[in-house]
Amino acid sequence: MTRPPAPRRAGRGPSARARAWATRAPLLPALIFLIAVTQLPFVATLFISLFDWNSLAPDERAFSGLSNYKTVVTDASLRESILTTVLLTATVVIVSVVLGLLLALLINRKFVGRGFVRTLLITPFLLVPVSAALMWKHLLYNPEYGLLNGGWAWFTGLFGDSTPAQPDWITDMPLLAVEASLVWQWTPFMMLILLAGLQSQPLDMMEAARLDGAGTWQMFRFLTVPHLRRYLELGTLLGAIYVVQNFDAVFTITAGGLGTANLPYTIYQTFYQAHEYGLASAAGVVVVIGTIVIATFALRVVSSLFSEEASRA
Amino acid sequence: MSTTTAPVKAAPATTAYAPATRRARRRSAGLGLLAWVVGLGFCLPALWMLLTSFHSETDAATNPPSFTAPLTLDSYKVFFGSDGGASPWPPLINSLTASLFSTLFVLLLALPAAYALSIKPVRKWTDVMFFFLSTKMLPVVAGLLPIYLFAKNIGMLDNIWLLVILYTSMNLPIAVWMMQSFLADVPVSIIEAAQMDGARLPTVLARVVAPVAAPGIAATALICFIFSWNELLFARVLTGVTAQTAPVFLTGFVTSQGLFLAQLCAAAVVVSLPVLAAGFAAQDKLVQGLSLGAVK
Repeated sequence: MTRPPAPRRAGRGPSARARAWATRAPLLPALIFLIAVTQLPFVATLFISLFDWNSLAPDERAFSGLSNYKTVVTDASLRESILTTVLLTATVVIVSVVLGLLLALLINRKFVGRGFVRTLLITPFLLVPVSAALMWKHLLYNPEYGLLNGGWAWFTGLFGDSTPAQPDWITDMPLLAVEASLVWQWTPFMMLILLAGLQSQPLDMMEAARLDGAGTWQMFRFLTVPHLRRYLELGTLLGAIYVVQNFDAVFTITAGGLGTANLPYTIYQTFYQAHEYGLASAAGVVVVIGTIVIATFALRVVSSLFSEEASRA
Repeated sequence: MSTTTAPVKAAPATTAYAPATRRARRRSAGLGLLAWVVGLGFCLPALWMLLTSFHSETDAATNPPSFTAPLTLDSYKVFFGSDGGASPWPPLINSLTASLFSTLFVLLLALPAAYALSIKPVRKWTDVMFFFLSTKMLPVVAGLLPIYLFAKNIGMLDNIWLLVILYTSMNLPIAVWMMQSFLADVPVSIIEAAQMDGARLPTVLARVVAPVAAPGIAATALICFIFSWNELLFARVLTGVTAQTAPVFLTGFVTSQGLFLAQLCAAAVVVSLPVLAAGFAAQDKLVQGLSLGAVK
């Protein structure tokens, strides 16, 4: 473990370098693979974004500089999908963090069948996203025989009302319909992370606070919440990474219609259906720039978690 | 009854606290009950889907819903019997192939990398870790088009091995992060002992590190499997008929056959089963894995 600069200069350089490479070597396959499969395509996207290129008219491919970016910024529907993405991500992450916290608090106490209830609660997260989205679309939202309207009809039927309101959920509130299904899927994820946070809370501190006469709310506000802060940040960060990129729910429930097209869906459509390769690439680059801004902040959060762990080791 | 003075002294205190504890106990029981109600309510859509998959089509599409309709296996029989429609087996086998092989490749690449990052830290190892994580933040759509064009040019479209490669890259960063945290728990002394005996890296990894970190590696594998099985966007864009995966099959199922609610539910249940099984098995390690090892 001696790594002073002197021996390196004193002729032991080659062997030190060899040792350094021996340490690094196991890392290389993973690094090289990842760079080849994730970074190179992005460089290609950057390149393509500078061209006016519609695959239906391949002969008219031409260098067009930044004009695709201009279109992205000025196009109303693309701008709307940026707004939709922000709205969708923020709503889903915030609501599922709050619900996840409530569920974690509820389940962080001993009761009969706790393991089973926990299993019930994480099930939505484990359903294949397409399955879940199809289930919401047809089994719950369907205006004629969906469980939401059906359950409501059953409930009002108990009171003799045979003509209850039967809204068409997806048409009437499309974005909310997508958000609800995503909140349902992501709440368990938040719950799991926050539950881990609750269970790592030092018990002796809680005891001490209780002996000092702190009430439940005070203990929650001044001990639990500060302790959970890092877990809340982590859940928000990871949730945001995944929800920003959501494609399955938008694709399945509304097919991007009725103002629910988020950026991943819009880009998919631009390139897969409209064949506008240059434009789709420019939109992709814009998404990446936006993500980098968020990620810089996000990485700092993880970094703080990480350095704490490193200092513990 | 009291032979010492201590219980006598304690007695007033006990009676004084008795109402509070009884109230606390009743409140606790109430919260337990509430947890059950909330848990069942939260899971209701999934349970309803399971129930509907065992109903006949006519019973499935009633309003108000019927909770007591007779149960039948018809939907599953239709689903697997490929009643005029496409057989679900090729997509299921494709998903299995893509998920299993990509998980295997992820482990083969991530284990040495995690070893270099945790047990024999390379210099600037945190930077390397963050590079891995940052690739996860790169939106998938931003690289999809070049991958599509490249695959098209070399004739790899609609080929399950293309998905294997992409799923490997998709899960590799997560796996490196997870395993780094699991391998950090392996005592360095036993590794050094093995190296003294002349063991080289592959032997050390296979004989010393892997057995000790087995539970963590298993959890990593399960999570990679789940993410690969669930993936839709790559599979949707890059596969067609022969390499179609289960999620893609599921999306086609509805549009092509009109709306058969019970059948749709059966299909959704079958496609979700492997993931549910893997997830329930990994429940305890799931949190640690999903939070990239940052939460222990």
